[in-house]
Amino acid sequence: MCVAAPGKVLRLYETEGLQMGEVDFGGISKQVCLAHVPAVRAGDHVMVHAGFALEIIDAAEVEQFYALWRAVLDTRTGDRPRAEAGDDAL
Amino acid sequence: MNLAPFAHPEVASRLLEEIRNALHHPWVIMETCGGQTHAILRLGLDQLLPRGIELVHGPGCPVCVTPSARIDAAIALAARPGVTLATFGDMMRVPGSTTTLFAARAAGGKVEMVYSALDALALARRSPGREIVFFAIGFETTAPGSALAVARARSERIRNFSLLTAHVLVPPAVRALLQSPGNRVQGYLAAGHACAILGWQPYEALAAEFQVPIVVTGFEAADLLRGIGRVVQMLEAGEARVENAYERVVRREGNLPAQAQLQSVFEVCDCEWRGIGVIPASGLRLRPEYAAWDAQVKFSGLIAEKAVPTECISGAILQGLKKPPDCPAFGGRCTPLRPLGAPMVSAEGACAAYFSYHRNPERA
Amino acid sequence: MNGETIQLGHGNGGRMMAGLISDLFRRHFANPFLNPLDDGALLPELEPGQRLSFSTDSFVVDPLFFPGGCIGELAVNGTVNDLCMCGSQPRWLSAGFIIEEGLPLEDLDRIAAAMAEAAARVGVQIVTGDTKVVEKGKADKLFINTSGIGVIAHGLTLGSRHLQPGDRLIISGTLGDHGIAILSRRQNLGFSTALLSDTAPLHELTALLLSECGEAVHALRDPTRGGLAATCHEFARGSSLEIRLEEKALPVRPDVAAACGLLGLDPLYIANEGKLVAAIAGEAAESAVAALRSHPLSRDAAVIGEVKKGEAGLVALHTSLGAWRLVDLPAGELLPRIC
Repeated sequence: MCVAAPGKVLRLYETEGLQMGEVDFGGISKQVCLAHVPAVRAGDHVMVHAGFALEIIDAAEVEQFYALWRAVLDTRTGDRPRAEAGDDAL
Repeated sequence: MNLAPFAHPEVASRLLEEIRNALHHPWVIMETCGGQTHAILRLGLDQLLPRGIELVHGPGCPVCVTPSARIDAAIALAARPGVTLATFGDMMRVPGSTTTLFAARAAGGKVEMVYSALDALALARRSPGREIVFFAIGFETTAPGSALAVARARSERIRNFSLLTAHVLVPPAVRALLQSPGNRVQGYLAAGHACAILGWQPYEALAAEFQVPIVVTGFEAADLLRGIGRVVQMLEAGEARVENAYERVVRREGNLPAQAQLQSVFEVCDCEWRGIGVIPASGLRLRPEYAAWDAQVKFSGLIAEKAVPTECISGAILQGLKKPPDCPAFGGRCTPLRPLGAPMVSAEGACAAYFSYHRNPERA
Repeated sequence: MNGETIQLGHGNGGRMMAGLISDLFRRHFANPFLNPLDDGALLPELEPGQRLSFSTDSFVVDPLFFPGGCIGELAVNGTVNDLCMCGSQPRWLSAGFIIEEGLPLEDLDRIAAAMAEAAARVGVQIVTGDTKVVEKGKADKLFINTSGIGVIAHGLTLGSRHLQPGDRLIISGTLGDHGIAILSRRQNLGFSTALLSDTAPLHELTALLLSECGEAVHALRDPTRGGLAATCHEFARGSSLEIRLEEKALPVRPDVAAACGLLGLDPLYIANEGKLVAAIAGEAAESAVAALRSHPLSRDAAVIGEVKKGEAGLVALHTSLGAWRLVDLPAGELLPRIC
């Protein structure tokens, strides 16, 4: 259940009083209802399900996970991962 | 957002290693959400986990648990002149008592697939001469969207829009499973996206009362493995708590504006889960002030409930008491092309997932 | 032509139809075989040793015009590609049109122009055709059937029954572009994307493969409806062998992956209109990929799997995490899901 995808809020706009956003999912963008995440700002990432943002994705938590990823790759290969996760990840 | 790290094989390897190191006893763990079942089988995680962990698939498939009478009602509405039934794609192939929305459309019924409840509302706005009924299925994840759509319809006086509601709630279903006499499950992965809405607070009482660990878990490989790892750690330590392994999306109190939206539009009611039976306080119905937007009121006299005997053992499957290959009809009399019940049709029903991914596991 | 639409009269054999054929179809498709407008085209003699291939396909896509093309290009490229997959050089096409009354003439003109351009690109000629007009509601705007004849000058015979254990599977490019481009225009599911349909003729790619690898090429298929999964099943069934795919090797554009994530779809099952899958003897696979990568249409060519003696008809996938799972036959219509 609950197919949801993370996307980046490109811009906010209102349609007849309803908070909407144009959200980019990595090359495709969709109009998403942001009414349930009133604190959202352009540039935030949101988890989108059936046309609605469920929640704003916590950037700090994501960065913690990327740190784990980098640590795993460091110990395995001794190299830094090809793309720095922090740069283009979020 | 870059999802690749969450699916990276090296990260998965590391997390699997941690699970292997922590595991000293066999455990039975249930993932409650159909989306988690689908992801586990698609990635082959169940094959990569150490043998001592038995994964049991839960009832978290809203498509599978929608009562067949509700599907019959949707089909009847689609066939009704002047009515268009708007639905998520998921429901198109699910059999009601006798037929499906797909077949109804082929027979001339008006069925429109939508991605969002707001799409259905937009359809109502641009089709003033037609009645648009939105088939509102899904868990508490999806219900706030339906709630907002119908609230907008009411405030904008859009009269040609209504909901055929079949929303159900996850925590009461987990309680029912915990109370069920045949239950062997020792630890639970809670449904991450449903918890994004209601939070994990509802599970704290369950963990304490039934002394089971429950971990809020997401859907990527790393999320699933972290969730399973935390359950294993708690089971090995004899701990029974709720923990959150989907921290980037879920908070303890959940999404308060979404909850407020739900409460203003819906009230909780007892609800039948297909194949399982009635679970108290597990469904949502529209409040009386929304009667004019309630398809079951507007179009009363729809097909009444009737139980159709079937070979389908979906109840046992959805409660994790049996696995799809245990069913005598699995793969033979019951396949995705000729399903006997909902778990074989829904993309994330356990039977469909097994049939698609798993009929003959690992070849040498 | 502005504002004019197709009427029932355009299909009834009289003055209106004659006008439509000469002013629209013959103008765009002009060639010595078509121009006499006889009941059939008289084709030239074959040279000694040449064989014929023959294929047909019908096109019912909605919307008629989509990002990257229209039904016209699909109709030409689709049959051209089927002929190429037989190992033949496409030469002559027929085009049959079933038109719903009310279709704007301007749309039909644009579509015919696109067909002419697509045909010229390949060097194939549309030599005969037919037009019918049906009442409103009896067809969804426009259906096109194209049938085609190709010429095989070499002695090779391709087909799934020629697959051998040890063959490798190669795909010429990214999965799912066409299906997702079409989906992006559906009213209730739409999203904004720069993604274009990948519709393209594959004659140069097949010629490349056959000249580079000769009899090492055992079978060719273009993965249209049902996607790569359907093609693999056809190969597995037709050869009674087992197909194994490597998930890590499957080329998928990030925007296609994103659309699939949003709509709950799997790129394995989504239609492609400008890609081919080749089953090639194992030792020739690398040079086949190198040859393909030299062509603009197949820069992302890759080895994606292998053929084994195992369970006949089985298609399995080695997941990115290192587990094995089945790839099932596609169910039918592609259904987006939220659950």
